[in-house]
Amino acid sequence: MTDPTLALASDYAVWTAIVVLALALLAFCVHLAVTGSARERRADRLVRERERVGAAVGGADPADRAGADDVLGDHGRAHPTREADARTGTPSRRWGVVGLQLTWLATFAVLGGTVLRALSVSRAPLGNMYEFALGTVSFALVIYSVWALRKDRLWLGAFVVGPALVILGAAKLSWYTEASQLMPALDNIWLVIHVTIAVLATALFVIGAALAVAYLLRDRAERRGEVSGWLSALPRATALERMTYGMHIVAFPLWTFTVIAGAIWAEQAWGRYWGWDPKETWSFVIWVVYAAYLHARATTGWSTRQATWVALVGFVCLILNYTAVNLLMTGLHSYSGVST
Amino acid sequence: MSARLPTDEQRIEPAYPKDRTTIGGPRLGLVGWVRWTWRQLTSMRTALFLLLLLALAAIPGSIFPQRGVDAARVRSYAEDNPDLAPWLDRLGMFDVYASPWFASIYLLLMVSLVGCIIPRTRQHVEAIRAQPPRTPRRLERLPVHRHTRLDATPQDTLAAARATLAGRRFRLRPEEDGALVVAAEKGYLKESGNILFHVAILGVIVSVGAGHLLGWRGEIIVKEGETFTSGAGSFDTLRLGPLVDERDIPVFSLRLDDLDVQFESEAQGAQFGQPRVFRGIATIQRGDGPALGDEFAVNQPLQVDSTSIYLLGNGYAPVVTVRDGAGEIVFQDAVTFLPQDNTYSSSGAVKVTGTEPNLGFVGGFFPTFAADPVLGMTSSFPDLVDPALVLTAFEGDLFPEGRPQSVFSIETEGLEQLMQDEDPDTPFSVALRPGQSVELPGGRGSIEMESVIRWGGLLVRHDPGRLPALVFSGLALAGLVLMLGVRRRRVFVRVDPGYSVPPAGAGGTPAGGDGAPGEARHTGITVAGLAKGTDPGMDELVEEILAQVAVAVGDPHATGADTTEKDRL
Ligand code: HEM
Repeated sequence: MTDPTLALASDYAVWTAIVVLALALLAFCVHLAVTGSARERRADRLVRERERVGAAVGGADPADRAGADDVLGDHGRAHPTREADARTGTPSRRWGVVGLQLTWLATFAVLGGTVLRALSVSRAPLGNMYEFALGTVSFALVIYSVWALRKDRLWLGAFVVGPALVILGAAKLSWYTEASQLMPALDNIWLVIHVTIAVLATALFVIGAALAVAYLLRDRAERRGEVSGWLSALPRATALERMTYGMHIVAFPLWTFTVIAGAIWAEQAWGRYWGWDPKETWSFVIWVVYAAYLHARATTGWSTRQATWVALVGFVCLILNYTAVNLLMTGLHSYSGVST
Repeated sequence: MSARLPTDEQRIEPAYPKDRTTIGGPRLGLVGWVRWTWRQLTSMRTALFLLLLLALAAIPGSIFPQRGVDAARVRSYAEDNPDLAPWLDRLGMFDVYASPWFASIYLLLMVSLVGCIIPRTRQHVEAIRAQPPRTPRRLERLPVHRHTRLDATPQDTLAAARATLAGRRFRLRPEEDGALVVAAEKGYLKESGNILFHVAILGVIVSVGAGHLLGWRGEIIVKEGETFTSGAGSFDTLRLGPLVDERDIPVFSLRLDDLDVQFESEAQGAQFGQPRVFRGIATIQRGDGPALGDEFAVNQPLQVDSTSIYLLGNGYAPVVTVRDGAGEIVFQDAVTFLPQDNTYSSSGAVKVTGTEPNLGFVGGFFPTFAADPVLGMTSSFPDLVDPALVLTAFEGDLFPEGRPQSVFSIETEGLEQLMQDEDPDTPFSVALRPGQSVELPGGRGSIEMESVIRWGGLLVRHDPGRLPALVFSGLALAGLVLMLGVRRRRVFVRVDPGYSVPPAGAGGTPAGGDGAPGEARHTGITVAGLAKGTDPGMDELVEEILAQVAVAVGDPHATGADTTEKDRL
């Protein structure tokens, strides 16, 4: 049965993660601000140099500024200054690296909290809203951390750590559920599959939405020709858009699988695979909206910017499904574990 | 395909336009209008609009109670909102998923889907049969291109390029005499996946519809030890699909031998009293076949042919005995009481028709009796810790004109309530514990609760669309993975013989590493790539191909010469 010591240890681990994540968020924000202004200065210098060289190009117009950004904006393997940055650890990078190290620490803490929770109840920690939130944050942080090991993703840190912190905070403060066993309807292998993949897909959608927001902000600045401040610490809009799409095309099939697995489970538990229960309805709505996003991207007459807004609408639906539908709507899926 | 414009070669798109709304002249006849409407409907823009509309239309069904899901909640909603409810009902808000407007959205989407799949499929078959298109004249115009010089003959270089691309499982356009070019394409599975996905979605919709038309479901409450025989008349409720005949229901009998239900008694808070174990043992007999014992549970239905039997609900049935004034037994049965909340406070009625006038008892059953100062009589735990049956009694004609009524309540209108002998102004009521018996007022006899047994709520269901829906969902998922995972790519190679070394300092390329001084590389090679949609790996692919060709012709240091930009993601 449930082991209170392990459950308590899990709670401590999660509190630790919250504190460390808050610090990581701070470090990442400083990183964006410092890198942004450093890059802005460098871009200005580049533009001035070009003017001095007297190339016949049209001077310091915004397009040219963006051009300068091009060289600097990506991970700049091509750019010696950036590379030197990486090696010597200029202040701008140092803050980001601190943020990343704190994030790794928080990742271990959340993972530890999740595992301890699972051990304390001797089952997969996927039985109520609090546990879903732990799972989502674990996956999101692991995905980000691994990604950041392979590519320079310091600029993305704040966008991932921020939502992770909000989810964990909400989970701890308002969705906390005491560790306990499952009700019989939840005791099923398809539940484990369905919820695990749902949580994984959700984590990917969280990162996808973070990238989408970064893209929309950067894109707006680029179109106005005023990429300044921390926005110049981000990659170019086209690169951000590609990453946004890349994240969603991994998440979408996983969500499709989530819906199918949920239907299989519903068939076994309730005798019908689809019954328009509020939770099912919203899973369907989410699926359709994200399908519409992918469609919109391939439809002539729709810009990638407009399509990205559809993706964000999908994310809002995902949040509603997680919160309002769990807590307010009565249906068969009433195991948020939160007493109302 | 017809003569291609240069720009046409620079896109991998089906010639089938994604947005066909602009086709069509200003003056249209009837045929023209029909064609125009069809094109509108099957355009991708309309499909997108319908998708978004479908998502929006599904939402009200999660906000308002639905008849198909929980009719009782619709009724209580209508009572609570007497002004609003009729209007909502007129708009179909209580039957969203069966409403005409919801149906029209998905039917239009299906038509659009068919109109989209057919031309795409035709086109894809053509594309599979056809060769990759000719190499464009100017490879520099393609989005990704690399150029270098190799120390090898043009023929060797060309052969190496063909071998490299073939090794990467590209489909090659056949060699043309003398042309020093290669055209290659791969990733046809992307489009196959797309078509598979869209067809499978159609399949899912049709399967669900077929299941609805040809399926049926019946619900029945069976008490422990009781036997239930299936048949159209024997279910408590039975819903048949429009195309189902009552005679299609298979005949079998099911005895509920045992029901095991356990509740959480350790954890506190919201988890206290949650169900933990819920399973039953049943014996099933089909026709003259042998009786088979089997265990079933939530998540573990029983199967009789293509019909599934699910254990969904449970509750308590106190075994009640009523004796008349002479001590004769006039009623003896386990009476099902219906749980009202998570602690199984249940309500029900005992109807004794063996006396004249009839006797009726209504009230509550509480598995763990508690008297709450606010809630009154209630149950503090769902399991049988301290069960009590609390009843009031009525006398009169229980079934006036034989009207059907709920087994869980009594229509007290027209009945006379029994009063206490000592105090004729206070209604008579009893609180019985198992084994207890209480005298009824006025020497009418006695009522006894002998014991308590459980009942199980069974759902019997037949859905022929279930398996096809599962198969099509799987196919849709497979198609999706192919469509999103496979990359459709074209690669073109142009070999340039007699490449002369450009004079030093000429040209805009800053790269200076084109070979050791004094060594003239005489064969130029350009590799260009064209992807369908977003393909961040294209640059890398082109570079790898170039490197592989260089290695194959024995000049591994040649690459990278003109590479100014790489690893863009
Ligand atoms: C049930 C409705 C539909 C769903 C759920 C759906 C979903 C999707 C998805 C998820 C994609 C992937 C987009 C990508 O490659 O990123 C796609 C592609 C596509 N769909 Fe649909 N679709 C539906 C109906 C339609 C209809 C009615 C049409 C025809 C008008 C259509 C035409 C296309 C086309 C042409 C593509 C390929 C886009 C490309 O070239 O990349 N779809 N669809």
